[in-house]
Amino acid sequence: MSARDEVLARVRRAKGPRDPAPVPRDYRAAGTRGPGDLDLFAERLRDYRALVRIVNADQVAETIAAALRDRGARRVVAAPGTPAEWTELSYPAGIFESRVPLGGDPREAEPTGTPDAASGPEVIRIPVDVDTLERTDAVVTACHVAIAETGTIVLDHDAADQGPRALTLVPDYHLVVVRADQVVAGVPDAVAALAGVRTQTWISGGSATSDIELERVEGVHGPRTLEVVIVR
Amino acid sequence: MTFLGMPAGGGNLTGEPFPKAAKNTLANAQMRRNLAKATGTIRTKRANVVAELPDWADLRAAGAAIKDEVLANLDDYLVRFEEALTSRGTHVHWARDADEANRIITGLVQATGTREVIKVKSMATVEIGLNEALADVGVHAVETDLAELIVQLGNDKSSHILVPAIHRNRSEIREVFRREMPGVDPDLTDDPPALAEAAREHLRRKFLTVDVAISGANFGVAETGALVVVESEGNGRMCLTLPRTLISVVGIEKLVPTWQDLEVFLQLLPRSSTGERMNPYTSVWTGPTEGQTSHVVLVDNGRTATLADPDGRAALRCIRCSACLNSCPVYERTGGHAYGSTYPGPIGAVLSPQLTGVDKNPTLPFASSLCGVCYDVCPVAIDIPSMLVHLRERVTESKRTTPESTAMRAMAWAMSDARRWRRLIRLGKFGRVASRHVPLPGWTTARDLPQPPKETFRDWWESR
Repeated sequence: MSARDEVLARVRRAKGPRDPAPVPRDYRAAGTRGPGDLDLFAERLRDYRALVRIVNADQVAETIAAALRDRGARRVVAAPGTPAEWTELSYPAGIFESRVPLGGDPREAEPTGTPDAASGPEVIRIPVDVDTLERTDAVVTACHVAIAETGTIVLDHDAADQGPRALTLVPDYHLVVVRADQVVAGVPDAVAALAGVRTQTWISGGSATSDIELERVEGVHGPRTLEVVIVR
Repeated sequence: MTFLGMPAGGGNLTGEPFPKAAKNTLANAQMRRNLAKATGTIRTKRANVVAELPDWADLRAAGAAIKDEVLANLDDYLVRFEEALTSRGTHVHWARDADEANRIITGLVQATGTREVIKVKSMATVEIGLNEALADVGVHAVETDLAELIVQLGNDKSSHILVPAIHRNRSEIREVFRREMPGVDPDLTDDPPALAEAAREHLRRKFLTVDVAISGANFGVAETGALVVVESEGNGRMCLTLPRTLISVVGIEKLVPTWQDLEVFLQLLPRSSTGERMNPYTSVWTGPTEGQTSHVVLVDNGRTATLADPDGRAALRCIRCSACLNSCPVYERTGGHAYGSTYPGPIGAVLSPQLTGVDKNPTLPFASSLCGVCYDVCPVAIDIPSMLVHLRERVTESKRTTPESTAMRAMAWAMSDARRWRRLIRLGKFGRVASRHVPLPGWTTARDLPQPPKETFRDWWESR
């Protein structure tokens, strides 16, 4: 008998009656709590020591430019599907209109212009390999949904404005733009919004560990700084 | 004896008997101080974030019921999960026990030609002894979780489900790093951020170059084939993302029926384990991602033996949060090493003996004061105290003859006949003298044996 058949046969011999009590779902379900509270969301993020900026829709480009300037980022990758205007103030030349993430021609990863103090950081639209990402200071993406109660941002890696997983993992600084209508109240609302999304990363603050005396320390292997631009 | 003759599991699930091992760990004052500090911190954090949710009790009831549903129809969910995985291109393997799982995984690793793999923290791989099996075929497994790395570099053993190095404090960790981490700054301080930075430097190159990763999974969604890894540091994301081959080792009880069910567990788990509203990173992937080759190894290793006991199977609800360890007065004093198993603490005391058969772990069901705090904090409402009592019965049944069972049988024989009983209680008067001179080993070292009365009740009644 194959291991598969034997394990399944053991399960059938071992398990009890097939009809356990129905699952009681008396907790706060999806769609019962209204939209997420932006102030609560910002507070939760700050609890994780994420940087938070709350702005109007027409301030996104200048806010991103200011954040990257404050960070001192010189090489910046934007997820290929992010709106071009988000980064137009950051660097006007280096824009590649491709939706193909990792795996392209390495030459495409190089920006078209040369950065200098006046023109701001380089913006790469198609990072082709991990080495490029390792030499990158910052990454800019959108998100799929965010949770106010837990201060969580969820990325859909099949969406072009959020990019493949390595994009938001290898660079040490991640700037994510969250629209107000993407912020939901609780975890069940987010799970509902994520049905059918194949590859996801849930992010709650920067990389952290509690492995030394169970005290939280920020900054291990993931991006050590998370900056969130919330668009009202 | 395994329950109903179901084959038991092997691997790192047995050690020295608890009373003997606990004697050693109790003598380690440093470790007890470290544990008291760490578990005290986490207990407060957990209590605070649990109190924040008005529907915690409802989530807990739902979590328990979802897991019971999975266990009641586990064969169906396993088949569905396998179909969902294969339809997306993931290779699915089944393992009856630890040896078979290790054979499968070492075979897959050897086929890639690599000499090194990077690992996400995974209890299942510790349980089956995978690192040792890989070493036997010349493959080095690099643990990338900070606590697992501390344990691995220190040639130590895990003592906690969530934080394997919980028995070490910061200065001990610094010593391990200075001694064992190649190229580490000799002036490394014991400041936790500095220690975390040292681990980041040490592992960065591994993440970017090693091409095979091994993970566990916190949850597998039967409906979609999605796998979920819940973590903090980003080492999990690194391992899941960058290598071209990913092998995930999943206990067969890790399934949930639907994607929606995660709305319960992604609230229960982080608040119960690290005491956070949400852990920093949760990765979800459905089938091979971004050109990877993906394998899933489904492991029984005693889980079906556990499933066969109606009074013990709820232990398989466990989502490995470790709230019961952090709350347990016995664990806080003895530490995890005393339990001798990959799974220490209250949940280990009920899970390990069931996975291995109680004859291999006969002391663990007694490693508890039955105070019940483990049940109170369990996010999936496993009634550990009742299960411990049940397993104590099974241990006693499995040992045919003990001094206690002999005494009880003799007593039953005497008490079942009036004349025999009368003769025996008269003899009891002589016991008054005898009990002062005949010590009963074990029993009388910590207690006084009550003295039989001068006159039996029957004698008094007759002479009245």
